Amino acid sequence: MTTESSLDVNLEKRTDDDGALLTVDNLTVSFPTDDGVVNAVRGVSYVLKPGEALGIVGESGSGKSVSSMAVMGLLPKNAQINGSVRFRGDELLGNTEKEFQRIRGDKIAMIFQDPLTSLNPVYSIGFQIAEAVLAHNDVSKNEARDRAIELLQTVGIPFPEQRIANYPHEMSGGMRQRVVIAIAMANNPDVIIADEPTTALDVTVQAQVLEALEAAREATGAALVLITHDLGIIAGHAERICVMYAGKLVETGSVEDVFYRPRMPYTIGLLGSLPRMDRPTERLTPIKGSPPSMVNMKPGCPFTPRCPMAQPVCDEQEPELLPIGTTDHSSACHFRDEVAKADAMSLFGQSSDDAVLEAPEVTA
Amino acid sequence: MTALDSTPALSKGPTTRGEPMLSIRGLIKHFPVRSKGLVRRKVGDVHAVCDVSFDVYPHETVCIVGESGCGKTTTGRALLNLVPASDGVVMFHGKDLTKLSNKAMRPLRRDMQIVFQDPFASLDPRMTVNEIIAEPLRIHGLYGGSVAGKAKVRELLKQVGLNPEHGNRYSHEFSGGQRQRIGIARALALRPQVLVLDEPVSALDVSIQAGVINLLEDLQGELGLSYVFISHDLSVIRHIADRVVVMYLGKIVETAAVTELFQRPVHPYTQALMSAIPLPDPIKERERKRILLTGDVPSPVSPPTGCRFRTRCPKFANDLNNMQREWCVNVEPALEPKFDDHPAACHFAGARTDILELGEAKDEIHPPLAPWPTTRPSDEVASRPPACLPNDPPREVQRLSDAVVVDEEGQLVEANGDGA
Repeated sequence: MTTESSLDVNLEKRTDDDGALLTVDNLTVSFPTDDGVVNAVRGVSYVLKPGEALGIVGESGSGKSVSSMAVMGLLPKNAQINGSVRFRGDELLGNTEKEFQRIRGDKIAMIFQDPLTSLNPVYSIGFQIAEAVLAHNDVSKNEARDRAIELLQTVGIPFPEQRIANYPHEMSGGMRQRVVIAIAMANNPDVIIADEPTTALDVTVQAQVLEALEAAREATGAALVLITHDLGIIAGHAERICVMYAGKLVETGSVEDVFYRPRMPYTIGLLGSLPRMDRPTERLTPIKGSPPSMVNMKPGCPFTPRCPMAQPVCDEQEPELLPIGTTDHSSACHFRDEVAKADAMSLFGQSSDDAVLEAPEVTA
Repeated sequence: MTALDSTPALSKGPTTRGEPMLSIRGLIKHFPVRSKGLVRRKVGDVHAVCDVSFDVYPHETVCIVGESGCGKTTTGRALLNLVPASDGVVMFHGKDLTKLSNKAMRPLRRDMQIVFQDPFASLDPRMTVNEIIAEPLRIHGLYGGSVAGKAKVRELLKQVGLNPEHGNRYSHEFSGGQRQRIGIARALALRPQVLVLDEPVSALDVSIQAGVINLLEDLQGELGLSYVFISHDLSVIRHIADRVVVMYLGKIVETAAVTELFQRPVHPYTQALMSAIPLPDPIKERERKRILLTGDVPSPVSPPTGCRFRTRCPKFANDLNNMQREWCVNVEPALEPKFDDHPAACHFAGARTDILELGEAKDEIHPPLAPWPTTRPSDEVASRPPACLPNDPPREVQRLSDAVVVDEEGQLVEANGDGA
């Protein structure tokens, strides 16, 4: 429960970090395993402004989920987390579980990929939404119930008065995900983190759920961190984008900058490998090889083995995420200026081979 | 791979076709729903595939697209006789596959192979890659001696862009994209003519997916294969298809050559599906018109009467009057041409060109061949049972009054009330 006094403190601190709502600074997460230390996140920094929609895109294993779980304090105990995560100037890392509970759901809410596992099967959805309201507000059960109905209305569930008595298994995947969104917005959070919110859903249902997410943002004015592998969703629902590769941000900027003027070979390759529905594509340009193992990583740029522009310097030195000129468009590439002239076809070619295998090719 | 890169992989659109390689007519597959308990009485049917007909020509890629539960996977399996069809004909080289015994089917399996969606589940973890690829050759007695057989397996690995040196490894040592390549090599081992690809790239990351798609295009050019490509992703389909079959709840709702379909989709479902797929282009994506469907796919155990899409159809909910709705509720729309070689199953089909903003195509739009019905459906037409349910009793025809109550999901709540 937030008391009057702590609210005031929060309001005062709102101006810290140049008006940033959430500041992630050089966040690293590693997990010790039997095979060695897995460096899942290797120095991620971003700033989220109030009301802004930030997209984080990356392939499986790039650390996009782990970095957001670290922000929410949801990682298992064996995770080694370093760096800094500040919400309105307050450091979150190192908080006790109790302190995290005060923030989770109230200030920062999260939407997970699979709505069936994030809802409790033995409670009605009305109970679960009311539970979220009651956890952070001093209201009666009836008021919480009314709020639950209102929330279900906002996310576009028909007949909410009857629906609150339903259990999760009585609803379809899209409906369930909307319930999860309703829970996330229950306390008018400042930040909603959505981790692959539509990946398990069909496209027509995905469109409905994204609409519900937009409605939730509009109703709460919350900033959104949208984590997905689908560049199309980012294009339509985010203002800024962070591209992650091997636990690091390799390119950040406005969606227009990154989609139309990418400055990192990985981003160019990613965009070139997408088949397009709005125009015929003659040939796709795949990125050869696969992402590196996050155990015992080699020095240098992690994209080097797959990068057609790689030079000896890329093997030695990992490029930093630096701004291009004076814009807020940054990329982590030694050749960020040369990349401007390149296009996917000339860089990656159009072969179907999956070369970059260690052993030499055998001649028949 | 050889110097295929320089040749265009595929010619899009209708080509010189000749005889179809595979002809599917009236394919029906129902799965029984049984009651719980000891007797397990049959209490109904899941109408997985209902009256599906299409042709696959040599060297052609036919894509089946639809959402989960639309019957696209069952169609793929039924046409390989992997699940016995309830009714219908699958003609391949003059033989009806649905009537063949397992024994008679086996030699034909050489010509028809399948690649599964999940490359983690479809490869035996206890076999090396060499053994996996050699298995179909051994079963069909084509392996030859150990020298010849090994050479064949090496050749196949090279053909799918893998290093033959790695043939002694187990599948878990490979990445998802490489595993899918192993699955493709296994399917190619018997030199098939038709390859059914069931969501072959859905489980892969985009940068890997592009490599597998390019590989499939190369192999088609090289080996002259016909593909039946099953997918839910219209972007992939636009790229790889020659012809597209759109399915909804077990039925084909629209089918056309790929450019034709994307230029002027006529069925409301195809239009909604296209508008729901996000484009990786910020400006276009924000300015696009979006057709939002309400609700979810109805249960295939008791599909809606008449048009199966009507419960979610934006046209039914917003644009039609009650006379027109009577057609949707009572009469199952037949798959008939709306434009040349572009059939769709909708009484009130109309081309839309604003979904992908293909402005240059707008001038070429002609009115559809089939005009909209202007009178109520006659009782005789309306009470005719749908093709897929021969044993159902004749249905009562629903007459809609002027006030039709449709709830927010497009479900008809009240058919003949006098105002709500």
